[in-house]
Amino acid sequence: MIIPLSWYLVVGAALFCIGFFGALTRRNAVAILMALELMLNAVNINLVAFSRYVTPHLLTGQFFAIFVVGIAAAEAALGLAIIIAIYRVRETANADEINLMKW
Amino acid sequence: MAEPVVYTAFFILSAITLLAALGVVLSRNLLHSALLLVLSFFSVAGLYILLEAEFLAAIQVLIYVGAISVLYLFALMVTRRVTGEGIRQHNAQVGPALLVTLLLFAGILAPVALCANWHNSSLPPPPDAIPMLGEGFMTHYVLPFELMGVILLVALVGAIILARET
Repeated sequence: MIIPLSWYLVVGAALFCIGFFGALTRRNAVAILMALELMLNAVNINLVAFSRYVTPHLLTGQFFAIFVVGIAAAEAALGLAIIIAIYRVRETANADEINLMKW
Repeated sequence: MAEPVVYTAFFILSAITLLAALGVVLSRNLLHSALLLVLSFFSVAGLYILLEAEFLAAIQVLIYVGAISVLYLFALMVTRRVTGEGIRQHNAQVGPALLVTLLLFAGILAPVALCANWHNSSLPPPPDAIPMLGEGFMTHYVLPFELMGVILLVALVGAIILARET
């Protein structure tokens, strides 16, 4: 355990903030989902780092991280299917222009 | 492992992860974003190996790089406009978003990560981690495991229904 736990947490925090910025500022809906995947990866890094440093004999963080990967896969599939369906009708994938329900 | 090797590996992998992530959110070309996302996933798998989570590193490469990234590339190919790529890629909230992000990182996450007293354990990780993972999925974590199967089935059926030709 040469590398302190806090370094891994800072890397996870930085990756989360980069994904957060991307989810807030990108116009293309697929790019927003890609930034969302970055945030999920950051959470996984945190989980695995905590598991390794605080309770290494329980592997709890690894179980949680595997479930997060599964959920990310399901969410990516459904989100992209929705974007493809919207693109067929509206000919655009920009989140700004999909505003029929905006007041 | 020797100490300088571990430090070097950590810095290289973290740098690749964060720089590729910056490329994903800042690039004007969406296909470049998707490929830099793949690079980021690979280096996160490297970080998992540093954290002695080898099974999770293999799962990361198989699922994220092997399936999810290919899905993103397909979706990008289907939803591209044929003419002109001179569309701006960032909306009007770049300034406030940058401010909120920097506040989140420097104000909350980094101080908590660096200043909290984490109770580190001196136990070594188990040598039979993969059998332990398998047993855990079948005994302690069987309910989320089965629910994950149902969720994946629902996602599969839903994605087919949503994206099929009408």
